[in-house]
Amino acid sequence: MNVHEFQAKSLFAQFGVSVPKGKEVKTPLQAEKWARELNSPVFVVKAQIHAGGRGKAGGVKITKNQADVPGLVKELIGKTLVTHQTGPKGRKVRRLLIEEGAGIAKELYLSLLVDRDTGWPVVIASTEGGMEIEEVAAHTPEKIIKELIDPAVGFQSYNGHNVAFALGLNTIEPAVINPFVQMLGNLYKLFMDKNAAMVEINPLVITTDKKLIALDGKVSFDDNSLYKHPDVQAMRDLNEEEPLEIEATASNLNYVKLDGNIGCMVNGAGLAMATMDVIKLAGSEPANFLDVGGGATKETVAAGFRILLKDKNVKGIFINIFGGIVRCERIAHGVIEAAKEVKITVPLVVRLQGTNAKDGRKLLKDSGLKLEVADDLWEAAQKIVGMTGKKRSKPAAAAGGH
Amino acid sequence: MSILVNKNTRVVVQGITGKEGSFHATQCKAYGTQVVAGVTPGKAGQEVEGIPVFNTVRDAVKKTQCDTSLIFVPPPFAADAILEAADAGVKLVICITEGIPVNDMVRVKRALHGRPVRLIGPNCPGVITVDEAKIGIMPGFIHKKGVVGVVSRSGTLTYEAVHQLSTLGLGETTCVGIGGDPVNGTSFVDVLPLFEQDPETKAIVMIGEIGGDAEEKAAEFIKKNIRKPVVSFIAGITAPPGRRMGHAGAIISGGKGTASEKMKALEAAGVRVCKNPAEIGVTVKAALGR
Repeated sequence: MNVHEFQAKSLFAQFGVSVPKGKEVKTPLQAEKWARELNSPVFVVKAQIHAGGRGKAGGVKITKNQADVPGLVKELIGKTLVTHQTGPKGRKVRRLLIEEGAGIAKELYLSLLVDRDTGWPVVIASTEGGMEIEEVAAHTPEKIIKELIDPAVGFQSYNGHNVAFALGLNTIEPAVINPFVQMLGNLYKLFMDKNAAMVEINPLVITTDKKLIALDGKVSFDDNSLYKHPDVQAMRDLNEEEPLEIEATASNLNYVKLDGNIGCMVNGAGLAMATMDVIKLAGSEPANFLDVGGGATKETVAAGFRILLKDKNVKGIFINIFGGIVRCERIAHGVIEAAKEVKITVPLVVRLQGTNAKDGRKLLKDSGLKLEVADDLWEAAQKIVGMTGKKRSKPAAAAGGH
Repeated sequence: MSILVNKNTRVVVQGITGKEGSFHATQCKAYGTQVVAGVTPGKAGQEVEGIPVFNTVRDAVKKTQCDTSLIFVPPPFAADAILEAADAGVKLVICITEGIPVNDMVRVKRALHGRPVRLIGPNCPGVITVDEAKIGIMPGFIHKKGVVGVVSRSGTLTYEAVHQLSTLGLGETTCVGIGGDPVNGTSFVDVLPLFEQDPETKAIVMIGEIGGDAEEKAAEFIKKNIRKPVVSFIAGITAPPGRRMGHAGAIISGGKGTASEKMKALEAAGVRVCKNPAEIGVTVKAALGR
């Protein structure tokens, strides 16, 4: 789960990581009040959406004039920002962060996540603050510093010193070394205590008066740990999520919306991805990822149909079920019942394989429903693509996330 | 021969009195697995399909000499269950549970380091040695005794591959589901050498997916150490970056962990990479010259 910058910064502050004085606002009136209270020489107005690249897209405004703040807010609220992370549709701005400006002497990069190789938390740091870390890693990998933290004992001061000296803080600004080590310890505590998946400060700035401030912040959380943190759950912003995905989650389905034309419904995550891949190989594009789970009952299949049919891009549906513990004739009953309940308006191909697959396929064929039955994966994929036309949709855009 | 488990493996099922635990313990036993004990704290003295239930894994080990644990404990308590099994001296822990907090797995992995115990999973279908022992949730009947070792990050996609292998008459030796979580106990590089050493295994199928770099590590390892033919499929060539595709570990982040990167690394290591998941079986057949 992702949260907004202002929420990330409130967590930073809570854990003793310095941030600029700021507040979330939703209206020009709130902005006017807060700007007066803030009374800063420089005001920064930042659009709050769950995507990076806001600055380039015009989502960040800076002014020295307090009276200009409400106008900037009026300009940004309701505006749709298109960044390299939002996809072509962009994201509508509903919330803003207004904060004081900072005098920047040096920008750094800092993040914490779990290293998948070792299974240990890792600090990633760089002197190339303000840039995208993927870019730095691609072009100047020597500028990426990694420090693994032993989870058995947690963050130690020497971990902080390793990072500080590798960054060259002793030459950049020796006065910030100790505050840096302390801040890193605080950040580690936040990371572990709140079960974050990633904590990122980019840039972390050394100010002209030799202070360390998190000028931007991003925190995402481990979905499996959310049950431990009602305060984090309360930060969820449904406006930032795909409505169909919210609906799917409510029905206990694992759904990710994509941009193609073939809706697919599959049991199991790996097979669901493989089904998407085989649709593309057959000459079309998948409209979604949908894992209905191992059971694939009448209820889950019906819920799946409803979600797929709400996507206007869907021109055909491909159901691919590998019956394991659950027998195929039961799944066939589920599909038949669900198809009767939900009006299917597009071509439908059902591929059943596994336990009692023959009986399942016979039930489907005899049901009188308008559908094609298949037993082989490749045959099924070609069938559905053939029934909906090979026309390729636009290439899938980088949707969601930060 | 086989790897990891066989007909002599003695299994304790943790969480055996739950819905999933009792169902699958029964299924495993029906397949012929020696399910000798179950554990649910506070339910000692009960039986599930004739399997005695104990309060602790320690008691189960003492009374039944079980050496392998199969875990169906809900996510908030699964880390504790894994550590309990390791502490009681169980050698192999297979954790089916999906949805364990990542930080819990970070602690568990660190605690198991250097101990004489192997963890498979979590978030996996388990391990099956055909006609000997089924320790997991996979449908037993799709498997056929044969010559192919299967190692996979996925569940149903593995069944798909196994179905193809069985239908073509190649059959399997042992199938290992290593699971879809970002922090897990066993990786491809842990399982590959076991298959290389197993005389009955003539070819290896490795099923990967987007996220992390376990497949790239495997490619490096295969190039140096594996002489048997390896066939691979990587799921998620159509998956968009930054989105989690069902499995907690299946996510392309920061441009890393794409299917095409993994395929390229594996091809460079001499692995036969299938673009089409429907062709896993025939590719193995060709690799074996059959």
